[in-house]
Parts: sequence; C-alpha cells; structure tokens
Amino acid sequence: MIRNSTGLHIPEPAHRPGEQPDFSHITVPPAGSVGRPPVDVDPRAIRDCAFQMIRVLDDDGKVCGQWDPGLSAAELVAGLRAMMLTRAYDTRMVRVQRQGKTSFYMKSTGEEAVAVAAAMALRRDDMCFPTYRQQGILIARDWPLVEMMNQVYSNSRDRLKGRQMPIMYSSREAGFFSISGNLGTQYSQAVGWAMAAAADGNDRLSAAWIGEGATAEGDFHYALTFASVYQAPCILNIVNNQWAISSFSGIAGGEVTTFAARGLGFGIPSLRVDGNDFLAVHAVTSWAAERARSGLGPTLIELFTYRVEGHSTSDDPTRYRPASEASVWPLGDPIERLKQHLIVSGHWSEDRHEALRKELDEEVRAAGKLSESYGTLKEGDRWPAATMFDDVYREMPPHLRAQRRQAGV
Amino acid sequence: MPSMSMIEAINSAMDVALARDPDVMIFGQDVGFFGGVFRATEHLQQRYGKQRVFDAPISEGGIIATAIGMGAYGKRPVVEIQFADYIYPATDQIVSEAARLRYRTGGEWWSPITIRSPYGGGIYGGQTHSQSPEGIFTHVAGLKTVIPSNPYDAKGLLIAAIEDDDPVLFFEPKRLYNGPFDGHHDRPVQSWAGHVDAEVPAEHYAVPLGKARTVRAGDEITILAYGTMVHVALCAAQESGIDADIIDLRTLIPLDLDAIVESVSRTGRCVIVHEATRTSGFGAELAALVQEHCFFALEAPIERVTGWDTPYPHAFEWEYFPGPQRVGEALKRVVSI
Repeated sequence: MIRNSTGLHIPEPAHRPGEQPDFSHITVPPAGSVGRPPVDVDPRAIRDCAFQMIRVLDDDGKVCGQWDPGLSAAELVAGLRAMMLTRAYDTRMVRVQRQGKTSFYMKSTGEEAVAVAAAMALRRDDMCFPTYRQQGILIARDWPLVEMMNQVYSNSRDRLKGRQMPIMYSSREAGFFSISGNLGTQYSQAVGWAMAAAADGNDRLSAAWIGEGATAEGDFHYALTFASVYQAPCILNIVNNQWAISSFSGIAGGEVTTFAARGLGFGIPSLRVDGNDFLAVHAVTSWAAERARSGLGPTLIELFTYRVEGHSTSDDPTRYRPASEASVWPLGDPIERLKQHLIVSGHWSEDRHEALRKELDEEVRAAGKLSESYGTLKEGDRWPAATMFDDVYREMPPHLRAQRRQAGV
Repeated sequence: MPSMSMIEAINSAMDVALARDPDVMIFGQDVGFFGGVFRATEHLQQRYGKQRVFDAPISEGGIIATAIGMGAYGKRPVVEIQFADYIYPATDQIVSEAARLRYRTGGEWWSPITIRSPYGGGIYGGQTHSQSPEGIFTHVAGLKTVIPSNPYDAKGLLIAAIEDDDPVLFFEPKRLYNGPFDGHHDRPVQSWAGHVDAEVPAEHYAVPLGKARTVRAGDEITILAYGTMVHVALCAAQESGIDADIIDLRTLIPLDLDAIVESVSRTGRCVIVHEATRTSGFGAELAALVQEHCFFALEAPIERVTGWDTPYPHAFEWEYFPGPQRVGEALKRVVSI
C-alpha cells in the first residue's frame, strides 16, 4: 500500500491575520438542549455530554432547560459584580504594567464566568488549584484587591515576599493554591488533595483548572488516572479558550475531538459547557460538586470559551490571529450575557449597570492607590533583600547562612 | 536490642511513623498488599489499613504530584519510587514544585514529603536499576538528600526525614539492604547479623539530618563517602594499611561541612568516593568545598574515585563499580605525595 503523499498533517486554525474571521465550524447548540442527568448517573449513559454543549442562557437572555441553577437575583447580581470587578481589576493592572510599575500581567477578559461562577458554586472550604487566568476565584471569594495588587507589584506587603512573577497568587485563607507557572503541575496535585480529603472521610473537594493547551502535558494524564483509580472527590476543569499563546486548540488535539472527551477513556463523567454562560458554569460545577460530596468521584468539565486578549502583556495576538476575531466569537461575552438576563428578568437596568461599573472602577482605583503606597516593582518599599534566603527550607541550613553573609544583604 | 537488616530497619521506621502520626500516608508501586518489591513496606497495609498504605499506578509523576497535594492538605506522605532510575518522570514535580512550594508561597504552603527510592548498583541491574542520581537533586535548592549506609542510620534518618517539613529524597543503597558490601563481589555475601550497626532499637529514635559520622578515626588521610561506598572505603583503608579518617556523610543536603573541614584540616589529604558518575557529581562539590575551606592545610591534590562517565553497564558492573582496589590505589597515590 502506498501512503497518501500529502505529507505530515499540521493543524491550522480557520483564519489567520488579514483574513476574515470565521467560526462557522463551531456548532453552537440551542440553550436548554442538553438534559440534566441525576448526579449518580452511570457515566456510560452520558457519554454524549462530552460532545454536546450545556447552555442555559439563550440569545435573548432567557433561561432554558433543566440546567437552570435556580439562583436568586441577589446571587446573580453578586456574580455579575465579581465578574465586572475582575474585568476592572484586569484593566487597571495592564495599565500599570504599561506604565512600568510591574513586569508582567495576564488578563482574563471573556473568561470571567469560568472562574467566578465556579467559585460561587463551590464551598469556601473547597480547595482551588487554579492555573494563571482564574483571578476571578479570588475576587469571587472576596480576597482583598490590595493583596492581589501587592503581589503583582512585589511590594513590601506582598505575602509572597517578592519571589513570584506577577499574578502567581497564593492564598491559603481563600482556598487558592499557589500558582506555579509550570503548566499542568497543579492538576495532578489537586487530585492528591482530594485523595487526602477522602481518606479523612470529610466532604470537602478540590477543583483544578488547566488550559486546553496544557492537557497535552503528562500531568493531565496523571491527574485523570489517579482521579479515576481512587474516585477522588475533585472537579477537573479544562478551560478551552481556543488559544495557547499562538497555538490554536488544534495543536493540542482539539481538531479531532473535544477536550471533554479526554475524560471518557478514564470512565470519568465528562461535560462540555458554554464557558461564557454564567448560569451554565454554575449549574455544571454544582452538579460536579454534589457528585464529589456524595462519594461519586471526579467530574471533568470542558469550559468552552475564548481568550479575548493576548496571552499576556508580553504577547501580540495580531501576529497570529485576526484582530477582529473576538468580535465574532459566537458565544458572546459572559458579563454582557448575564447583564442581559438580569435586565430581561427585571432585576437590573442599564443605569444600575453603569453605576456599578463606576463604583467598581473607583474601588479598584482606591485599592491601587493603597497598594502603590506599599511600593511597586520599580519604586518604593519592597522586602529586604536578605529575605531572599528565607523559606528555601523551614530552617536555614548553614550553607545558606554563609551565602547570605557573602551576599552582603 | 533487635538485630535488623537495612530493609527491616526501613520497614521499622515506617511502622513507627505510621503508629505515631495519623497523618503519615504511604503509597507507591506494589507497596500495599504485596509490601514492595524489596519488602520495605511488608505488613504495613495489614497493620494500618488501606486508607494509609496503598498501591499506586505506574506513574512516578502522579505519585509525587499527589503526594504534594496531600501535603498541602495536611498529610505527611511517604512515597516509594520503585527504583531511583525511574524517578525522572517525576522530576518536574520534585524540582519545580515540591522543592519550591515553601519559597514561592512565602512559607504559606510546603511539601512535607519523603521520597524513598532504592538506588545504586551491585545487583546486576544494568543501566535502569543501578543509577545514583543524587547529584541531580543536590543541585536543586529546597530539597534535602539523605543516603544511609547501615540499618541503624537508615531507621533513624528515615524517621527524621518523615518528620521533617521539607521534601526529602531518601536514597536507599539496595546492595546494602540485606548485608554490608565492601565491593568484593567475588566473595561470599555478608549478612547484617552480628554487625554493630545492625543493632536497631524497635522503638522511635531519630538520627538528625545534616550530621556526618566518623566511621573510622585516622590521621593520614580523609575519605569522604556515603552509602555503599562507606563500606568500600573501610575495606580499602584496611587492605592498604593506610590510617584513614573515614567520614560517612549520611546527608548531602544539608551537609556537615564542619566535620569535613575538621578532618581534612587535620589530615591534609582527601579522597572522595561515590558510585555515581564523576562529571558534575556530588564529589565535585565536595572537592570544591574542601579546597575553599582547607586549601592551606592540603598536602596533596584531592582525588575522586567514582563511577565512570558511562551508563551503568550490565556485564561490566565490576569494571564500572569503584571497588576497594581503585579506592586503595587512590589512597596510596594521595598519601605518597
């Protein structure tokens, strides 16, 4: 037999800079078209959930189908507020990075629901193992903006003592595990945390997030294996935002199947959800949490969303995708969609929205001012340089004491 | 006092740790019902239950990652990597995660995990069951590396490692599991029975990390060794008739530099012995430290006797292994200068 001589298959996105962006290859099923199975469903009975898309909000902002999480207006407004605060925070932090007050920043624009809705569906004592674009978790858990900014500035009040690049937050109090910067490593650690909780016999759970690009890492496979083998009480989220820096999701295998389908081979119930639909993300996370707390094991969730901005402040996405791509993304914007729903249901108005936006901008501005008074990366106070030798070990061994003397700090 | 082999002493250390601290959890490939391919965890699952001692998938990266997660939860995991040669898939989790978690979080989280792994050659394990990769890990800030040479130390050091709040790599020279080994591979196998260091208390005790031990006091030359090479060095000193001061380092990080400097300052000569490959091995670090701290006391160049810079060859194990003859020749060269 002669092999077809088309050469090696190199996946290519549907459009490149200079071309008309076109997402017609993405199938967006109508809201409400996927049923909500009982949490103790046999995973084999819901394999198609890995290929469909759970959506609650339709194009008119109306709630459809069985996955309506039944949230109160107050809860929805709290979610809207946390998403808007996340966006306002991102906006300011990019600005200060451009002003040279810190080295680096990463926005989560368009992906706010992925973090905020999940955080609101979890209990405060559940442990989150995020990757780098879930700052919305901290904000939804009311972790002070000033603390986050102190970390971004590596200033004198930075709890991480100036050791981590900006946005690599860590907060034991907020149940937010330290962001590593090495991709995927937190995913398998989260399963270990859940195994420990299960061994202790309590009903806490862990939730982990990974980008679709990093599902190619071995840690993803380790995580699913251990989660499946030990039926660990964890929620394994894949944030499919279509882009891993300049590589579209096809470079991670998204061209031939869904990322949710990765879970099927492990016997893990796997759901694909509209990641820009606050209600759908909340509902699916609640379903997975109920499974974990009932001793039914792990759930895998693919959150189908879109990275509106560049990978980071060091990235220029117009070099590899059309600049207008975001404007034609078929699943819209999570804040606009929840706002529309609240207005349609009579709990919100344009005026209130605008007033809240201004209030949040002011909150971010005030926090920024306070944080900058504790120093920025380039000016003002920071931790004493001698502290760079602390915390390598619990107790400083002799060779580090000697090196600290040598450093003259 | 009971007499124990090294493998029995290691088993006893974990037994004691499980009994004393309900947060200790043990897992790894084949460690549960079966008790491990070297029997290190024998009977522990039966004694402490499956929730605390269990089998893990063949996934070294997953084993270390989940141990880190358990440590973050508040557990004190003790995991087995079945052979040190298999540790590399877990390198990212050890080097980038366990080692740095305390540092990168300003002390908010840490990894109180112990990674046990049979290591070293002498059992015809070829290039995948013989390696000594300690130098890869001693290079990483945030890790501790321990290598015992006898049953008493193995138990005390393992208990100290488990109770330590930092990640510890605990490399167990597998050729020493059932008896001391001086490198004379053609002589009958020895047992630990009757050996002074095989008298191991059944109860809890700790040998502190970072404290070396002088195993033979002498004035002519200092030998720095650890693991199997301690026994080889003792044999070489005896056979060559050279009055060597032999230091068993026991832990490489943290290192007992004071003990090294005291000895070399007194003898003025130093031979470093390890089984690992030479280039960028821990011997290079030791040689550099000795010349930094003892330069004016040195009467002769420092020599290293190590494994060659080749993979561990199956059929040429004894040409590779730095045995007593090679060590003895180095001792003679250095004392004759």
